[in-house]
Amino acid sequence: MIAAILRWLDERLHLDDLIAPFRHKTVPVHRLTYWYFFGGITLFLFGVQVVTGILLLLYYHAGANDAFESVQYIMTKVRYGWLIRSIHSWSANLMILTAFAHMFSVLFLKAYRKPRELTWISGMLLLFLVMGFGFSGYLLPWNTLAFFATKVGTAMVGQVPIIGQPMMIFLRGGPQVTGATLIRFFGFHVAVLPGLVVVLISIHLFLVQRLGMSVPPKIEAEWAENPSVKREMKFFPNFMLREMMAWYVTVGVLGALAAIFPWNLGVKADPFGSAPAGIKPEWYFLFMYQTLKIIPSKVWFVEGEVLGIVGCGLAGLLWLLLPFFDSEPPSRPKRWITGLAIFALMYVAGMSAYGFLAK
Amino acid sequence: MNGDQNTPPGSTRRRAIEYFLGGGILATFASFLYPVLRYVVPPPVADLGVNEVVAGKVGDLKPNSGAIFRFGSSPGLLILTSDGSYQALSATCTHLGCTVQYRGDLHQVWCPCHNGIYGIDGRNISGPPPKPLTAYDVHLRGDEIVVTLKREA
Repeated sequence: MIAAILRWLDERLHLDDLIAPFRHKTVPVHRLTYWYFFGGITLFLFGVQVVTGILLLLYYHAGANDAFESVQYIMTKVRYGWLIRSIHSWSANLMILTAFAHMFSVLFLKAYRKPRELTWISGMLLLFLVMGFGFSGYLLPWNTLAFFATKVGTAMVGQVPIIGQPMMIFLRGGPQVTGATLIRFFGFHVAVLPGLVVVLISIHLFLVQRLGMSVPPKIEAEWAENPSVKREMKFFPNFMLREMMAWYVTVGVLGALAAIFPWNLGVKADPFGSAPAGIKPEWYFLFMYQTLKIIPSKVWFVEGEVLGIVGCGLAGLLWLLLPFFDSEPPSRPKRWITGLAIFALMYVAGMSAYGFLAK
Repeated sequence: MNGDQNTPPGSTRRRAIEYFLGGGILATFASFLYPVLRYVVPPPVADLGVNEVVAGKVGDLKPNSGAIFRFGSSPGLLILTSDGSYQALSATCTHLGCTVQYRGDLHQVWCPCHNGIYGIDGRNISGPPPKPLTAYDVHLRGDEIVVTLKREA
């Protein structure tokens, strides 16, 4: 039956031609192959976000008066509403985690070098967008923590010289964080960002498909020395089946986290209440938050905040353009970039831990 | 996944493994689908069990006119006839659920969606409506016009 339908479609659309590239694609097999799974896991979690996000849209009301109550309704009245929301929140956090793991693995395996500069750039832009998803989605339940996190986060944008203030007004929909901000963030979260992400994911996947999988220089050298140890597997179905097993494990982890640690809703935001003590951003912004916290209020003649924001911006830009600072294969990758990558990883991990523990 | 010579395709052992694998995957999808199906069905709206409402005050309506009032979660139509008596009906057209209105010029109840006509007593007269509109009991309590569900005979 299914075979007959496939044959019918194939006769008309020549599906075989379409999937032919996937049949030819191979994945190098070596002791670091497992790092190749993280991009796919991130993509899978994005799919979970799309599905659970659409489900949440069935009952969510944007607006300062209804948003909190509608999420409360989802979590208390709608059957399995608590589970859907919990999965959406947990999956978002896991997605950011796997996206970071993917980025650092690409960095350490030197996969960003020529000819894959554009793959790196599209991936970095995706990482920024994913963080934008996190930032905008965090406000939507309109609880106290989200309200003040948004206040602080958008105020940081306001510190950028010259364009900061207009950008902050644009993000907030006014000089203050109000219901207008919530409506905007809702629009960004469910329309603007998904549109951009879909375009970028398409480009990213096309590039990965077009350029094939990168082999780390060290392993490449070993293979050149001793060609008999070179191993590859077919992408379809061999790698795909392994990837799907990784997704299956991911679902298990996600389901367990969502069910055992359901996501809290907190207290409804009061724009005229005081910020609660111990307020912190989400963990993936902690390293930036902590950096800004430890910069003195005035460094020489520059405001500390401005220095921090501009510094973070420049670091982000440097990261985006990193492939252009490295050498072209087959020459050896530059050592200082490896050093910088190690430093960055330690810095992000260390500052996050510091921010987590600091009062 | 090099084919094991001991278990060629179609052998009982291999088929058992395939059933376990397929069954496991199906069970997983069922466990995704069940909560989602339950989720998309909205929770029942708390029905307050309304069987009596105040539809208005004496003097609000001119003779030979009608007004819509809320009867629980659905609209009702209160009519003051030319001879000064009150009549209350369900305002939901029995054809496709539009909200009907009283037409003073016709002395009839009219549904604008498909030109359905009912009498003042709710009887379907012409056009597509298949059934009469439900009529309610009306009585006065002081200057309040109280509408109640008709007791089942």
